[in-house]
Amino acid sequence: MNAWLTQHWQAFILTLKYFIRAPFTNILSILIIGIAFSLPVGVYTLLENLQSHSGAVGGTPQFSLYLKLDATKNQALEIKKNLEEQAFIENFKFIPKDQALKQLAQNNDLARVIGNIGDNPLPHAFVITSRHITASKLEQLRATMQAWPGVEYVQFDSIWAKRLDAMLNIGRVIVAMLATLLSAALVMVIFNTIRLQILTKREEIEVSKLIGATDGFINRPFLYFGALQGFAGGLTAWLIMAIGVQTLNDELVVLAELYTTNFQLKHLDIKDSISLLLFSSWLGWLGARLSVASYLWKIEPK
Amino acid sequence: MINFNNVYKRFPDGFDALKNIAFTIESGEMVYITGHSGAGKSTLLKLIAAIERPTSGNITVNGQNISKLKKSAVPFLRRNIGLVFQDHKILFDRNVFDNVMLPLQISNFNTAMAARRVHAALDKVGLLKKEKSRPITLSGGERQRLCIARAVVHRPSILIADEPTGNLDVDYAKDIMDMFTSFHQVGVTVLIATHDTNLLQDTPHRILALHQGQLAI
Repeated sequence: MNAWLTQHWQAFILTLKYFIRAPFTNILSILIIGIAFSLPVGVYTLLENLQSHSGAVGGTPQFSLYLKLDATKNQALEIKKNLEEQAFIENFKFIPKDQALKQLAQNNDLARVIGNIGDNPLPHAFVITSRHITASKLEQLRATMQAWPGVEYVQFDSIWAKRLDAMLNIGRVIVAMLATLLSAALVMVIFNTIRLQILTKREEIEVSKLIGATDGFINRPFLYFGALQGFAGGLTAWLIMAIGVQTLNDELVVLAELYTTNFQLKHLDIKDSISLLLFSSWLGWLGARLSVASYLWKIEPK
Repeated sequence: MINFNNVYKRFPDGFDALKNIAFTIESGEMVYITGHSGAGKSTLLKLIAAIERPTSGNITVNGQNISKLKKSAVPFLRRNIGLVFQDHKILFDRNVFDNVMLPLQISNFNTAMAARRVHAALDKVGLLKKEKSRPITLSGGERQRLCIARAVVHRPSILIADEPTGNLDVDYAKDIMDMFTSFHQVGVTVLIATHDTNLLQDTPHRILALHQGQLAI
């Protein structure tokens, strides 16, 4: 185990040495990777921001929950209790049918009609204000409430939310396409870098093979190198985004003040940032792996 | 122990480098392989280290059948063999010490012990004072000795040298040959290919003479 760790440590140190030996070329390829990657990362960050502000874009989401005409008082109490337990609900108000009728009667024209009906035809109702959550979650919430006993109908005007969600989905597809294309580009950049490295290290590889180096031993520094470049590229993309978000926010403050709202772009959260770095490292490793697989076997001592 | 049995080696261009080679070298023996250039000396040595594979016949090295050896097992075979090359195959991007260190790094040696072994090997070939030097500053003879130090640092049971004195003057060549003899004396199996028969005039060791790919008797 200790010897194994030592070997990996040595391979890692060797990788850093390779890196220092040609700093200009290496920094250049890291920048290429970083800039290429900042594009999907940027669009993704924008989408995340839009999504978290989607409530603000569409106003406060409100539901109307109508009880069945024959709903019992116990059922109404049960619904009240359920509403109190729901995490996404900001607040709610019970409107008994008498009050609803009174409100309706305040309108002169309708008052006459209502007078003719006699019995109150209106159901008890709850008016519910939810937190700002995504359209799909709002839809879920509606379905949950609809299923409670004693509930006749839950109404929710969700068309704006659905439209926004559809647009966000298109955005996500664009991110996925960009990410796929640029990931392929990253793999190719690393593939080529490693290929050049293998060619310049031809002698060392040959000698190592002659004195009993396993393929793993020979591959290791190249794989580390690929992963390290991928990581550095991902980090560069992250930094580019950080600068971009900061710059945009400076301008957004002015705009937000004019609209008297508070809209600030947020950078990737910790989880997304780590995912980005892991993913770009993995892509670098993959590029190196492919390069090693296609070139190393050709170098055999003669 | 090294055993060749009906070994043929034909290259892709149809050239028969070795024909019907059969011999046995016991552990700890020292053997010279002679012949003109092109007689097949290098090919024979390469077969032992699995750098080349035989076209037919069986080769056994330390109990392992080379003809049937898996590619993944080759590195472990080579760790038991020290190779000395006429063109040295020294790495010029690192100093003398690091060149000799390479075989130990490859076989996963503990660093402190490895450093002691490198010093011992450099001492044996008389290069201890030059451990920090760059190989480019070494003379031809010194480079050859560096190559020998690298070949013996991991204490292989077999030492193979292909024309180790090829480019050296007579006195220097004698030094190098004495060095090989001293490894033989501590129990290493030594195989040396050379076309320089002057060096072998009064050798007590066995000579395998190759002529056009065949062993002359």
